[in-house]
Amino acid sequence: MPDEPVPPGVLAAWRSHPAASRVGVALVAIALLALPFALAGVGTAWVRITNLAILFVLLSLGLNIVVGFAGLLDLGYIAFYAVGAYVYALLASPHFNLHLPFWAILPLGALVACLFGVLLGTPTLKLRGDYLAIVTLGFGEIIRIFLNNLSQPVNITNGPQGVTLIDPFRIGSFSFAQPQSLAGLNFSGPIKYYYLLLLVLVVVVVLNLRLQDSRIGRAWEAIREDETAARAMGINTRNMKLLAFAMGASFGGVAGGMFSAMQGFISPESFVLVESVNVLAMVVLGGMGNIWGVILGAILLSFVPEVLRYTVGPVQMQLFGRTLIDPEVIRMLLFGFTLVLMMLFRPAGILPSATRKRELESKRAT
Amino acid sequence: MSAAAVDLAAPAPVLLEAVGITKRFGGVQALSEVGFSIRRGEIYGLIGPNGAGKTSLFNVLTGIYEADGGRFVFDGAPLEGLKPNEVAARGIARTFQNIRLFANLTALENVMIGRHVRTRATVFGAIFRDARTRAEEAAIAARSYELLRYVGVHTRANDLAKHLAYGDQRRLEIARALATDPKLLALDEPAAGMNATETATLRALLERIRADGTTILLIEHDMKLVMSVCDRVLVLDYGRRIAEGPAAEVQKDDKVIAAYLGGDAALNLKGAG
Repeated sequence: MPDEPVPPGVLAAWRSHPAASRVGVALVAIALLALPFALAGVGTAWVRITNLAILFVLLSLGLNIVVGFAGLLDLGYIAFYAVGAYVYALLASPHFNLHLPFWAILPLGALVACLFGVLLGTPTLKLRGDYLAIVTLGFGEIIRIFLNNLSQPVNITNGPQGVTLIDPFRIGSFSFAQPQSLAGLNFSGPIKYYYLLLLVLVVVVVLNLRLQDSRIGRAWEAIREDETAARAMGINTRNMKLLAFAMGASFGGVAGGMFSAMQGFISPESFVLVESVNVLAMVVLGGMGNIWGVILGAILLSFVPEVLRYTVGPVQMQLFGRTLIDPEVIRMLLFGFTLVLMMLFRPAGILPSATRKRELESKRAT
Repeated sequence: MSAAAVDLAAPAPVLLEAVGITKRFGGVQALSEVGFSIRRGEIYGLIGPNGAGKTSLFNVLTGIYEADGGRFVFDGAPLEGLKPNEVAARGIARTFQNIRLFANLTALENVMIGRHVRTRATVFGAIFRDARTRAEEAAIAARSYELLRYVGVHTRANDLAKHLAYGDQRRLEIARALATDPKLLALDEPAAGMNATETATLRALLERIRADGTTILLIEHDMKLVMSVCDRVLVLDYGRRIAEGPAAEVQKDDKVIAAYLGGDAALNLKGAG
């Protein structure tokens, strides 16, 4: 075989990611670091909303591995979030009178969620598309129902009452729940959590980018494109699918543990089917398979409903002098309308993955 | 067994030996007691009318179907009960009759996926990007591009597989199969739908692959190609082996003519002879 060098352009083009320039990255970093103080000026609630939005970004990135990379439709993803949240809650609350440190429980939560991912993955290996979706949906519900009922005969989850007084993150005497003044700035609890979440988010984004552009990521994409051909090319589809489920689940588990600590209270109510659908909508809206698109989708779907919650009522009061339509109703109406518009005009998501974008362009061309 | 045993004594060492391969689909006997052996370094043709069981034989060989009877011995060890990915790891790569590329990935990415089975990076390697993983990635990309150049589609390296011309897709599929470093390359109708020029290029490619040390098993309907490129040919009809031998001899075989032209033709030929 001829040993000719690869023209540099070929590999450069293949590796071209929509990575912003250094200046851009620096600006975004400064904006993200300053954000909580700007938000705290508007209202402390907005810092909390931002924190929840980051949690949903983490969840969407986890689900994106399963749905976007490996092409396995998972409608029960919130179950892994629940598993992570309950692992943290049970090991750091007065419920069992255990108060383990968070840096020990978070990895444990990820590990347990990962095991549940394999547990879900194993029986569904031969299922595709709709059938897989139904089984995963059932799995999500099974976990929630277990959490609801595991208060008898031995009280493990405390049933529908949930677990209360969950420990915040604490390192020695430094607690993430206590406000603190540093260098003239007032760091409230939510602001401290914001920085922790931001750190975790950066790590998770880097992990995702690296996974996608690797031997493993390519194997997932091969399975998504054509499972039979992938197997014929020597890809162990069973292991790769289990790996996708396990990786996605462990990200969900970490997010769950952080949710537990931030809220201080969890119950099965937080992990209903609609949450799974919500996370899936974030992935699809942003652009399946594209990490930046998924992040954007999660941020939009987390913030827009909150913004509407705070504006729909007052705007009606301004215009008509009274609230004609319940803000909650109009919120869902706008939400649904947006999704319909999206599917009509940008069916591959706001920021489609390079692959899907090319796919779409080719459809238009033909 | 007896036919295979004779072949074992043949001059060139045997790469693949099939004994009594049988496969049923419900009431349909897709393959009955098919036996043959492929020598290292040859191009072995597999022909027969439509529905003769050629693709079924491919699917049994590559682990997509499980045989109801018989066994394969490949490179000195049995292939029994292996999954398609394990068969690929053992050194048999295939293409598909109806092209099965990863349509929405680039040509280069398609070939890079072929390298999966010969590379080792794990999740941890992918995440931490240690020196070994980086070196492996660079090697995968370089080797994949080299293979694209080898089959002649390197100018389209960054185009989506599905945007390639039909003949290029066929050759890309061969490059992807070659990326698994196969000892045996199994091609399912690679010339189907190709024009005369493309077929000529394909023939040159097949001869080059063989010259570079890879044995080829070729299903093909283009008789001109089969007769010019294959060392030996196996003819199947209704799942049975009806003839085997050098292309020129098989071409003259009564049973083969009958299978292709219908029973009456054979009777007429016999009557005439």
